[in-house]
Amino acid sequence: MKSKKTNRIIGQTIVYVLLILLALLMLVPFVWMISASLKFNKDVFVIPFEWIPKAPRWQNYIDIWTKIPLAKFTLNTAKLTIIVTLLQLLTSSFAAYAFAKLEFKGRNLLFLAYVATIAVPWQVYMVPQFMFMRSLHLADTHLAIIILQAFSAFGVFLMRQFYEGIPDSLCEAARIDGMSEYEIYAKIMLPLSKPALSTLIIFTFVNTWNDFLGPLIYLTTESKKTLQIGLKMFISQYSAEYGLIMAASVLSLIPVFIVFISLQKYFVAGITAGSVKG
Amino acid sequence: MAAELTAMEKNMRRRQRKRNLVAYSFIAPNFIGFAVFTLGPIVLALLMSFAEWDGSNTMKFVGFNNFVQIFSDDRFTSALKNTIIYSIFTVPITLVMALALAILLNQKIKGTNFFRTVAFFPYVASLVAVAAVWNMLFTPAKGGIVNQLLMNVLHVAPLKWAASSSTVMLTIIMFSVWKNMGYYMVIYLAGLQGISEDLYEAASLDGANAWQKFRHITVPQLKPTTFFVTIMLTINCFKVYDIVYMLAGGSNGVVNKSAIVLVYYIYEEAFRNWKLGRASASALVLFAIVLVVTLIQFRGEKNYAND
Repeated sequence: MKSKKTNRIIGQTIVYVLLILLALLMLVPFVWMISASLKFNKDVFVIPFEWIPKAPRWQNYIDIWTKIPLAKFTLNTAKLTIIVTLLQLLTSSFAAYAFAKLEFKGRNLLFLAYVATIAVPWQVYMVPQFMFMRSLHLADTHLAIIILQAFSAFGVFLMRQFYEGIPDSLCEAARIDGMSEYEIYAKIMLPLSKPALSTLIIFTFVNTWNDFLGPLIYLTTESKKTLQIGLKMFISQYSAEYGLIMAASVLSLIPVFIVFISLQKYFVAGITAGSVKG
Repeated sequence: MAAELTAMEKNMRRRQRKRNLVAYSFIAPNFIGFAVFTLGPIVLALLMSFAEWDGSNTMKFVGFNNFVQIFSDDRFTSALKNTIIYSIFTVPITLVMALALAILLNQKIKGTNFFRTVAFFPYVASLVAVAAVWNMLFTPAKGGIVNQLLMNVLHVAPLKWAASSSTVMLTIIMFSVWKNMGYYMVIYLAGLQGISEDLYEAASLDGANAWQKFRHITVPQLKPTTFFVTIMLTINCFKVYDIVYMLAGGSNGVVNKSAIVLVYYIYEEAFRNWKLGRASASALVLFAIVLVVTLIQFRGEKNYAND
């Protein structure tokens, strides 16, 4: 019996050692980023690397706001992210309700249209989509980015899957009570679907906040750029400003970090919802 | 009697029509946006790949000319080759790392939540920021922390990483594995949690060791998950773009032949050279590859559903 216990302790120790090694592997780049963000450029590549700067240069975090229009970039990104997330939540939960709970002509055909596009990566039609938007004079506008992100099939899928799990009898009872479909959606389904909505919020938020190729193609005017392409522009222009680049990088990660930490369990739920099949 | 029936029928039909209209009103806001800005462009992509167009003059249909042209273009064939090499290495490495992480985190020990968060964060962290750090850690200079590690701990020569055509793909693959394995770990964790404890207990009674349990219970039970992860990873590998742009793109975002990938080629042909027909033709090649992988998934899913 004793040897079994020691075996378990040895096993657990191995697991912890491996986990700590992996955690280091994942964390070191972030720690390095923070550390470098508090240094003069000339000190960033000094050997040995000073993990905790003796004289942290907080000035980097002040200078970065004047060196590039970081506030403008952040504001643009925040604006786009909030509008896209709201539109995505509204339109996809609305459509998903009809697909899950209403009988109507053409339901299967319309849903098939959504299913079929899942297999088509955005990269396949990004060029004609851009040409189409340009013909509508939407190139270099925030509206284009909003349109790009707001009507994804993913949201409709996720919400429909959740609504299918809510018993039909609930809607039937409400109908008998004289509620209209709009009331059932607003007063019964929406309040019940908070977990699915949270999943959709965090996915849309992170995707829009981090989107790179969309804004890269569409936004050319500097004052319209998002944080991601603004940051990339800064890195290209001032490639030797290591301290400032790292300070800007740290700042750009903070909103995602906060959303991620506070809604983490919904993120996990969303990933597994897509993978666990009947 | 007959008149009554038709009146009833009319009434029912009117009700059905009203129900249809209500349903359409629910779908319309999303579907109109989706049809105009997604379905439309998909059809357009098909048309454009058989046409010559610079975006301003009129479109001219040229049959399969674009496909002939891209397959004789050195940059396209390099892009195709690099994308395949990238996928061949990234898929299995990410898969094994994700599975290993998931198994470690599925143990009944303290602190798994913390480790799970740590492993997952690189996936949500914005690419531009983490790629910027990565570029500094893997700088070709001797002062870079990774080169220091190579020289002082492993006693090998420093590498040029993304700056050399022989190691640029290696750098991209390592970054991709590091950034994305947390995502697939979550999928594996869900798969592991679906395996019944009884199986392991029965095996323990039969005297099976940890490796035997892994080999004969965990691996077979995770087969559907592994299949799903492989498919998702493959599709995502073929869509790779921004990692290459950030790590190998230099200051103006121009990627040379040793690192160019399919989506980068599409981007370049469309928005730098304005050869929209050729861009669409290469997009169609990308679509064909993804479609084949998706069809394999459909078949596989049917098999697992029958089990």
